[in-house]
Amino acid sequence: MRMLDLGDGAVTIEFGETIDPALQARVAALDVAIAQAPVAGLIETVPTFRSLTVIYDPLQTTRAELDAALRPLIDAADHAPAVDGRHWRLPACYGGAFGPDLDEVATTAGLTPEAVVAAHSQTDYVVYMLGFLPGFPFMGDVPAPLQLPRRSEPRVRVPPGSIAIATGLTAIYPWESPGGWHLLGRCPVPLFDAGRDAPALLAAGDRVRFTPVPADEFAALAADLAAGRIDPQQWCTPAQEQA
Amino acid sequence: MSRLEIKSPGALASIQDAGRRGWRRIGVPWAGALAPHLLRIANTLVGNAAQAPAIECFDGGQQFVARDGAVRLAVAGNAQLEHLTADGRQPVAAWRSLTLAEGETLRVVHTGDGRLAVVAVLGLDGPPVLGSASTYGRAGLGGVDGRALQAGDGLPVADAPPTPELQLRSPPEADPGPIRVVLGPQADHFTAEAIDTFLATDFTITPEADRMGVRLSGPALTHRDAAAREIVSDATVPGAIQVPGNGQPIVLLVDGQTAGGYPKIATVISADLARLADRKPGQTVRFAALGVVEAEALARAAEQAVGDALRRIAPVGGEGMIDLDALYTRNLLSGIIDGREDD
Repeated sequence: MRMLDLGDGAVTIEFGETIDPALQARVAALDVAIAQAPVAGLIETVPTFRSLTVIYDPLQTTRAELDAALRPLIDAADHAPAVDGRHWRLPACYGGAFGPDLDEVATTAGLTPEAVVAAHSQTDYVVYMLGFLPGFPFMGDVPAPLQLPRRSEPRVRVPPGSIAIATGLTAIYPWESPGGWHLLGRCPVPLFDAGRDAPALLAAGDRVRFTPVPADEFAALAADLAAGRIDPQQWCTPAQEQA
Repeated sequence: MSRLEIKSPGALASIQDAGRRGWRRIGVPWAGALAPHLLRIANTLVGNAAQAPAIECFDGGQQFVARDGAVRLAVAGNAQLEHLTADGRQPVAAWRSLTLAEGETLRVVHTGDGRLAVVAVLGLDGPPVLGSASTYGRAGLGGVDGRALQAGDGLPVADAPPTPELQLRSPPEADPGPIRVVLGPQADHFTAEAIDTFLATDFTITPEADRMGVRLSGPALTHRDAAAREIVSDATVPGAIQVPGNGQPIVLLVDGQTAGGYPKIATVISADLARLADRKPGQTVRFAALGVVEAEALARAAEQAVGDALRRIAPVGGEGMIDLDALYTRNLLSGIIDGREDD
């Protein structure tokens, strides 16, 4: 564990330098511990793959005081049980206009498009962190045959809802944005809504699995979601039922 | 109730307050005023709560018109302003409040040697989204329909009261000194020569500079090795200086992404971030490194300076009163008292 300076208002507590569920679990445990402890001057925490950044108000506390408050929490978090996130089964419409890179990914991986969809949708992903865009989940790990470098030419516009892969990760774009990942399909569920109590659908530590749906079902789901006839929570299953 | 019509948003104008906190963990940046001290001064000059939403002008060209009644506003920043009335146009000073009669216009001609000015308007409000009215366009949060201001927008504001206008004497002066940074969190991804170069070279602000961040141009900062050019993404904060593989640094600002995969050589201290954001393309910046303890002391000193400035705000002209604080400060600073400063 290292404590890295991030200016006069933040410190990054780094547990490692790789993408690893064990590191993510330690980050989550420390995040919970800090949320439950009164830490003077704390503004917010940002969990990532391998580190937790603690943002503080330098007018309310000092780094020395903060470090002293964090040390016992870091030590305790090392022995904390893993935080079990929620489990999601999200609908995904693969291929066609929604997944313009599916065929190319299949060719590169030496698989049929059907096999790529099967491999991508039959894997349980952990949400390592949210970032890049509001509500954007970095999830992994994708099966080895689908682990490809980013596209050599990033797209200027990736449509919202796009399900994408790059390296060992998969993600869903909540917003239209530039992006260099390979697009396999589309998820109709809005990942971010500022009007919800929890604006981001997913949280670090959640588990996600995709359920392939045909285009007509995707359209019906999208329409029902837009009209408020479906609560996205319907795709969330209590962890104990899924073990 | 009066309205402030946006006749022109100029280069960029958006509603900003102190920004939203607590949502970086789900990828939502703070947004908020790039120069928080200007927000607090402008709002205090106009009679609003110091952290109320106001209009951030990024570069000049903005024009604001009073509709359905008189509007009181105030500009903080070294902007050149014009007041357009039925009688023509006259220059007006920044760092004071001003009442536009119905139909009159305030024009931000330019923002001086910098990019930032804040126009506070009495009674300007905005529904908080995730705790803040600040505009963050990428996710459509805050502001007017989640976007920057457009010509034709009409913002509901208060009718101007008959109370005296307020003025800040001896406003904060531009500090031409280096932008101070704390090295890290990934300074160890760079060669010792790269760190030396980073701290001993003038970098130029490129045209790719906005509320998200500022790309700099200068001698390439060399990573320790090829593997050190990227990291597994970790959290960023406003002020973090990323260096991608091309060796050209990028300073993230308040709209910048919350995490990133480029190593961060250093982080601009909170007390100096507004000064960096205020630099124009073509201007240069020099960095100087210090420790966290010194940076925290500078944060407290900067807060003290803003508090002192807010306490110096007083009615224009003083109605026969002598503003001893201003007299004292002005004397210390320049030894000269300009009797016409209230014009």
